[in-house]
Parts: sequence; structure tokens; C-alpha cells
Amino acid sequence: MAEALIELAGVRKSYGVGTEIEVEVLHGINLALAAGEFAALVGPSGSGKSTLLNLIGLLESPSGGSYRLRGRETAELSEAELTALRATSLGFVFQFHHLLPAFTATENVTLPGLNAHGPVTGERREAARDLLRAVGLGDRLDHPPGKLSGGQQQRVAIARALSLAPPLVLADEPTGNLDTHAADDIFALLRRFNEERGVAFLIVTHDPRLARRCDRIIELVDGTIAGDRPNAAVRGAEAAGR
Amino acid sequence: MPFEWVVALRFLREGRFQTWLIIGGATVGVAVVIFITALVNGLQANTIRRTLGTQAHIVVRPLEEVATAQRQPEAGAAVLPRVQARAQRLRSIDQWPAVQATLERRPGIVAVSPQVTGPAFALRGDANKSVAVQGVEPERYRRIIAIDDKLVAGRFGVQPGEAVIGKDLASDLGIGLDDRFRLVTAGAAGPVDDAYTVTGLVDLGIRDMNRRAVFLGLRTAQALFDLPGGASQLDLKVDELFAAETVAQQVARETGLTADSWMKTNDQLLAALYAQTVTTRTIRIFVAIVVVLGIASVLVVSVVQKRREIGILRAMGASRGRIQRVFLLQGAIVALWGSLLGSALATAMVVVFLRVARNADGSPIFALELDPWLYVSSALGAVVFGVLAAVAPARRASTLDPAQAIRM
Repeated sequence: MAEALIELAGVRKSYGVGTEIEVEVLHGINLALAAGEFAALVGPSGSGKSTLLNLIGLLESPSGGSYRLRGRETAELSEAELTALRATSLGFVFQFHHLLPAFTATENVTLPGLNAHGPVTGERREAARDLLRAVGLGDRLDHPPGKLSGGQQQRVAIARALSLAPPLVLADEPTGNLDTHAADDIFALLRRFNEERGVAFLIVTHDPRLARRCDRIIELVDGTIAGDRPNAAVRGAEAAGR
Repeated sequence: MPFEWVVALRFLREGRFQTWLIIGGATVGVAVVIFITALVNGLQANTIRRTLGTQAHIVVRPLEEVATAQRQPEAGAAVLPRVQARAQRLRSIDQWPAVQATLERRPGIVAVSPQVTGPAFALRGDANKSVAVQGVEPERYRRIIAIDDKLVAGRFGVQPGEAVIGKDLASDLGIGLDDRFRLVTAGAAGPVDDAYTVTGLVDLGIRDMNRRAVFLGLRTAQALFDLPGGASQLDLKVDELFAAETVAQQVARETGLTADSWMKTNDQLLAALYAQTVTTRTIRIFVAIVVVLGIASVLVVSVVQKRREIGILRAMGASRGRIQRVFLLQGAIVALWGSLLGSALATAMVVVFLRVARNADGSPIFALELDPWLYVSSALGAVVFGVLAAVAPARRASTLDPAQAIRM
């Protein structure tokens, strides 16, 4: 296995700490993800998948244990450093695509760059447009999200997640509210970026059909990892299916 | 454009109705502040101008003569003297040319004019009017009071044998330009009775003064009142109107003479002006508070509506400070727009006011002063208050938990 991109050791997460309703959602997670992996995170509702994803995404901090992102111990970083690390190392794709409705497709994709590197240059705008063309939206570049279909919006969200070329993209039910056909398209798109650009993906999904098409399936049950197996056979099948 | 600007402007454009609502509030607020300030400033300037139109800023006179008891108490005895106050006679300021020269060099004083004033009777035929005579040097007097502006006929000519009189006095005596009348005084050396030719009629703005005003040359008045070479008072003009009282006190200390400023002789007027200023200030403060509350409440709603978007921006790597600045900037932008529109509205209100509020003869009641500084300071104030209004919403936005905001 290549050098670990993320490394969780004994990570716990509790809510309502110090109150009577203190609940531990994650009980000591050990998990490592290498660069370029394509992994599914599955498990029943309430098993803690979203919480784990938020921890990895630095949107929440663990109550205990160690989480290293690209070799840095995140517990030692300040809020500002975490924010900066999140900006450059992680991309997010959410179930409800979460585009900013006031911005066009291209503008949505340039936003992370605007945040990390300052005013948008012509060069970066062109890069954003290239990404949108790569996700198949070459004819929708200047549409506002309201004028795009659900699948198209999710493509914009993927382009946005990839715009700063992060080593890891976290996807929370990226196909959750799409029909089967659109879901297949989106999934194929994620796979393509994984293979062409070496971006690692951690995909939370309910859909066992899609999970089976990932290289690795991590199963979370009741806040612990119940299964973590490679799915080597899948790669060839996916390639053949295309 | 930097991140904060792009996002703030886009958020404002997105929430169009809300944005116009707060810009509207800020506009009305700024317009009210500018209009009221201009109105009150204009009113006060006008009042002061009218008051000082016929008054010197500072008048320097000799000290009043005081009678003191001659007899000193013997040892062990007390004396209860009953001393009658002395009758004040008309006297000259001792060494007045030297005092005048000193005062002229003094910083803060821009003009000095000597005067001999006293009472007299104006006679023509059987008419007999009591008048207040002012003997002046025209060149110096003009620098104290714009007397030429008050001429309604003729010129301000006070050569020997010439006089300028109030217009009501002229009609009381039934005389006009180039007519002659007599002035009689009861001087210590016996009555003086001379004839004068009217060269000009003045309107001093107050009827009582117009009935009594007689201007002569300084030398003529000296002869009339038996004060050869003297000056019974010095009129001063200062460069800083409201520093007059301070200057007067210093002058009194330095010269040992009595110096009364216009602020002291018109203290009731000043109290009224001050009350007016305080009222205006109070109104302005409350308008500002209302505008701040309006902007704040709309922005708070906007933060709640944009929770999810704020969460996305945070997930994208936008820092708390950045989110905070996005909302502070929105406050500043709407306030700036409000101050631009408010300035225009205030100007329109002033134009309408000037058109509506007119004297019977069609001239404006008074000039409204639209000071450019008033616009600049209102705009700056509005932006400051806009940012202040946005502080609470911005803080709320920046402390949103992104994980929760996104899940909504």
C-alpha cells in the first residue's frame, strides 16, 4: 500500500458531551486510505457514516483518537489551519449537490479557487470551463443551477470538488436523489476522474449495486468498522462495462 | 474581485427584495438626517446672521465708574456707608488709538472700529424724536457691519454736515434724501444744535432701530457729544464667530476695559440655538438606531435563509473570518447605496422646501446650507452604522456549524 493519505487510529466521536444525553456515535475507528483509492463506505442508517465523513472532511473534530491527514495530526492544528487544509486537500460532493444558486455553473466551479488563491483569472476560469466540459456540461457553462437537471447539478458539484485538484474527494450519497440512469452516469464520472487523475474517492452510499463497483468496501455498523475488504475483481468489470 | 466582494454582491443581488428593503430604510434614514441637519443649520445661520447684521461681535467700553466710600472705619468701630451709585456719563476710552492698534494686531480679531455713541433729539419743524447717534469712520465701520447692504436709498455719506438715518425715522420726520434736519444734545457744555443733510436711508431689519438710528462721522459725533478726539466704544469683529466670548474675556483682561461679546448680550438666543442643536442630535441618533435595527434584522433573516450556502462555503475552505466579512460587507454596501440615494432624496427635499417655504414677497425664508461635508460625513456615518448593524448577523453566520448547515 502506498503512503497513507488519511490515517485514523482509535477515533471516537461523542455528541452532547457532559450532558445526560451523551451519545458516542463512533467507537474507535481505525482506517487508512491511500492516494488514488476508490472506496465505498456502506452501512445502515444511523451507523455513523455521515459523522465519519464529516470527521475526515474536517467539518467536525473527533472526541478522541488520532486523525492524520497527509501526515499532519489534525488535533494539533488551529481552526484556521484546518480551514486552509480543507481548502487545498479535500473536495466535497453532497447528496443535494449544494450549488450556490446565485452563481452560474462556471462561477460555482471557480469559487474554491477564488477562496484559496484570490480573484479569478482568465486562466482559472478557462480551467473551470474545461472541467465542466470534462463532466459533459460544455453547453451549460453559464447556466444558473436552477436551470440544470439534478444530474447536471451533481456534475457541476463534482467539477467544483475537483477544481483545486485535491488528492481526496468525499462524496456523501452523490447519487442519492438521482434516477438509476443518472446515478450510473455520475458514478462512471467519479471512476473516470479516479483513473485519469489519480484522485482518491471515499463514497458513502446506500446502494449496494454501486458499492460493488468500488475497489474497496468499508462497512460501518453501529459506529464500528464491521468489514473492510478489497474488491479487486471489480476493476476489470467496470472497465469492460464502459 | 476578492472572494468577500463577489459573494457579498451576489448574495445581495439574489435577495433582491430584502436588499431593496434595507437600502430603502437606509435611504430614508440618511435623507432625514441630511435634511434636518441642513434645515437646522440654515435656520441657525440665518438667525445668527440676522442678529449680527446690526451688532458687532465684541463691543469694548470703558469700565463703569464706581463710587466708593471715603471714610475708613476707625479701630474698633464699624461704618455702614450708604453710597449712591454713580450716574454714568459718556466717556471716552482712555488712549483709544493705542488700544485700537493693539487689538488690531491681536490674532483672532479681524477688524476694529471706533465709535462715539450717545442720545440726541432729531428735530424738524414741530416733530421731535429721540434718537441714538452713532459716530463712525465709514471705512472701518463697513468692516464690522455690512451697512451698505442695508441702504434703501442714497449712500452711506457721513462727511461733516451729513447724516444717514433709519428709514422709519425719515418718515416720522417727513424727510427724504437731501433734506435737512437738526440734532440737539444736552451736553455738559450746554445744548449743541446743528443741522444735517440726509445722504442715505438704512433698513436695519428692526423697526425700533429704524426709528432711532442716526449715523454721523466720528469727528462730527465727537463735537456733538463734547468728546473731542475720543471714542466711547470700539467695535470688534472676530474670525471665529463662536470664539467671541473667549476673545472678549481675554481682551477685557488685557486692556482692563469692559468687553462684551455678542454671545453674552444674546445669551437667550444662544440657549435656544443650543437646545435646537441637542434636539437635532437626538433625532439623528434615533434615526441611526432605527436604521441599524432595520439592516440588522433583515441580515439576520438572510443568514438563516443562507445557512446551507454558508455551510458549503465553509466546507469549501472559506474561513470564519471570511464569512463574517461577507456579511459585514453587505451591511456596508447597502448603507453606501442608502447614503447615495438618501443624499439625492435629501437634495430633492431641500429643493422642494425652498420652493414651498417662501416669504410673502416670494423670496426664500432662509437659505438652506447643503454643505458637501454634510454629505461626506453622512455617507461615512451610514457605512459605519451599516457595518455595525451587520456585526451580529455576521457573527451568527461565521459560527454556524458547517456539518449541520449542510445536512439541512
